[in-house]
Amino acid sequence: MTFKHMKLALLAATMLGSAGTAMAEDVTLTIESWRNDDLPIWQEKLIPAFEASHPGIKVKFAPSAPTEYNAVLNSKLEAGTAGDLITCRPFDASLSLYNKGQLVAIQDLPNMKNFGDVAKAAWSTDDGSATFCVPMASVIHGFIYNAEIFEELGLEAPKTVDAFFALLDKIKEDGSYIPMAMGAKDQWEAATMGYTNIGPNYWKGEEGRLALIKGEQKLTDEDWVEPFRQLAKWAPYLGDGYEAQAYPDSQNLFTLGRAAIFPAGSWEISIFNEQADFKMGAFPPPVQKEGDTCYISDHTDIGIGMNAKGPNQEAAKTFLNWVGSAEFASLYANSLPGFFSLSNETVEMEDPLAKEFVSWRESCKSTIRPAHQILSRGTPNLWNEMWNVSANVLRGAQTPEEAGETLQKGLASWYEPQKQ
Amino acid sequence: MAAEQSTRPPIRWHIAVFLAPAVLIYTAIMILPLFNTLKLALYTDAQNAQVFIGLDNFRLLFGDERWSEQFWNALGNNVWFFIIHMLVQNPIGILLAALLSSPRLRMRAFYRTAIFIPTILSFVIAGFAWKLILSPLWGVAPNLLDFVGLKGLFQPWLGKEAYALTTLALISVWQFVGIPMMLIYAALLSIPDELLEAAECDGVTGMAQFWKIKLPLVLPAIGIISILTFVGNFNAFDLIYSTQGALAGPDFSTDILGTFLYRTFFGFQLQLGDPNLGAAIATAMFLIILIGVSIYLFGIQRRLRRYQF
Repeated sequence: MTFKHMKLALLAATMLGSAGTAMAEDVTLTIESWRNDDLPIWQEKLIPAFEASHPGIKVKFAPSAPTEYNAVLNSKLEAGTAGDLITCRPFDASLSLYNKGQLVAIQDLPNMKNFGDVAKAAWSTDDGSATFCVPMASVIHGFIYNAEIFEELGLEAPKTVDAFFALLDKIKEDGSYIPMAMGAKDQWEAATMGYTNIGPNYWKGEEGRLALIKGEQKLTDEDWVEPFRQLAKWAPYLGDGYEAQAYPDSQNLFTLGRAAIFPAGSWEISIFNEQADFKMGAFPPPVQKEGDTCYISDHTDIGIGMNAKGPNQEAAKTFLNWVGSAEFASLYANSLPGFFSLSNETVEMEDPLAKEFVSWRESCKSTIRPAHQILSRGTPNLWNEMWNVSANVLRGAQTPEEAGETLQKGLASWYEPQKQ
Repeated sequence: MAAEQSTRPPIRWHIAVFLAPAVLIYTAIMILPLFNTLKLALYTDAQNAQVFIGLDNFRLLFGDERWSEQFWNALGNNVWFFIIHMLVQNPIGILLAALLSSPRLRMRAFYRTAIFIPTILSFVIAGFAWKLILSPLWGVAPNLLDFVGLKGLFQPWLGKEAYALTTLALISVWQFVGIPMMLIYAALLSIPDELLEAAECDGVTGMAQFWKIKLPLVLPAIGIISILTFVGNFNAFDLIYSTQGALAGPDFSTDILGTFLYRTFFGFQLQLGDPNLGAAIATAMFLIILIGVSIYLFGIQRRLRRYQF
């Protein structure tokens, strides 16, 4: 039954895939991607810019639906019909392709020097010896606020946790707006925009994340439980019935001007720019005490690599090298505000909100979401469990300490360094 | 004809020929995949090759604390989902059918159609519509309750562990109550008038007539409905997936075997899919349904008394 469906899907994908690889005199590169939202940007801005400077190479952007991408790509790669360029999901999904010999190591491309280790980590082997995708963009977490409400109530973006809660109290006392738009129903909101948004300030970004991977820290440690305590304190400031509030509900509450603050990922910027007709501002996750180092979740989300069996290896390398250049970084970041280049080159951006987000890279230390590298390889899956317990904590169904214990118990059940 | 004169009866080829299309198609699209799924459950993926591991997947599923906990949780939720259907959907279906078959009812076709229409809606539409109705932010449910002064009763039902599964079961009841209604209605119509007239001559009328004459006559139909409900409920997936997502929140309180199977088989977010363990769950589901149907078939259906008119 289900197995049969898989077979049919594979068959269909293979046939569609082979129909796509038409050859012309020029070398034509096909890009496999899940970003079908970005089709116009590739066709109108990125590809023409590349083709103008690289005569003889044509590029075709061939995206599939985000939820189907991994399955479609895998079957195309197995059948040998995938395009020359492969858009890479971060971490294990791409690593398994590299281990199967379907992606090529590209750390020797000249422009790879433009990327730091954190940027490359998402597409490198565990020991860092090989990198197989060029990092394209990351998303940064923080809080977006309605600047008009802040002005009306005489509020200022908070720097510390105390100031943050004082601010929420003020909005709540005033009573005309919901202080913060967030729901527990879709679970990932609580984990992504809640726990891993504010958490890096407590587990000290990369330091805590790597210690967790090495087994030196546990999820029951104070540094990992305190963010849950903070999250639990948010509940009274959320809208009525937030337990059943879904992610689109939260977005609408904010863009309709009914909520003052939106715990956000930077990908919201382009959506909010379109839908909200008020001025917006943003502030990074508040620190515990004035003067503490701040940490932000600057999560590597999208990269691009090349198909090991693609017919046009040289042209593909040329393209990947171009993706690593400052020209691409600036084009991409400006066409898609909220998706930030991972390049060390300085990228000038025009969108004020995106500029605000990216400015935190200067003042704060970057880290990625803690569950994504290595720690989500086994079952139970740490990231899925984080969704669940974060939502539980937000709903008050689990105490922060219990949440930490659940996570630790699950991780320790399969991850060697955490077993003692 | 010559064939009739031979001593042996001729091979009746036409039977095989007429059966062939159905048998072949049924085998290709139902039986083979079923056995393939069973087979898949006995293998595991090691270095991109399928390796035979016997019953290890089942040992993991029932022996490992986490997997078995999830499995029993899903099964328990499934049973509750089924109980709600049996206690709410089917009695309401019978009641509606009895009302519809009342000779004094006007606009019968309208009611019949109106009650049946949700059944032909897609799960996704029903799920989405109810999600909106029950939304604490934009839904009409809080306002309607406010209207009758019962705002205090409103809860974000789909977001509370205690209520979410029951709420979903009731949504499903709303959607499918038309099916038992139609089947029972048809069964009630097929009761001959002579029988009812005879009952009236004997002084059995009204409610007594329903309980003593009509209900025993439609019992076989009720049995069929129960088994359809059972199979449908234990295969359910769409409604939960479309309203609560694959993680079946809050805190897995709405996780049923279908969503558990989906998460395991296809993976979810960073969790990579495990088709082999997924097939083991599918096999367990198949066995549960098989056992349930067998109990009904051998334990109940054979004892039902049927009446020839």
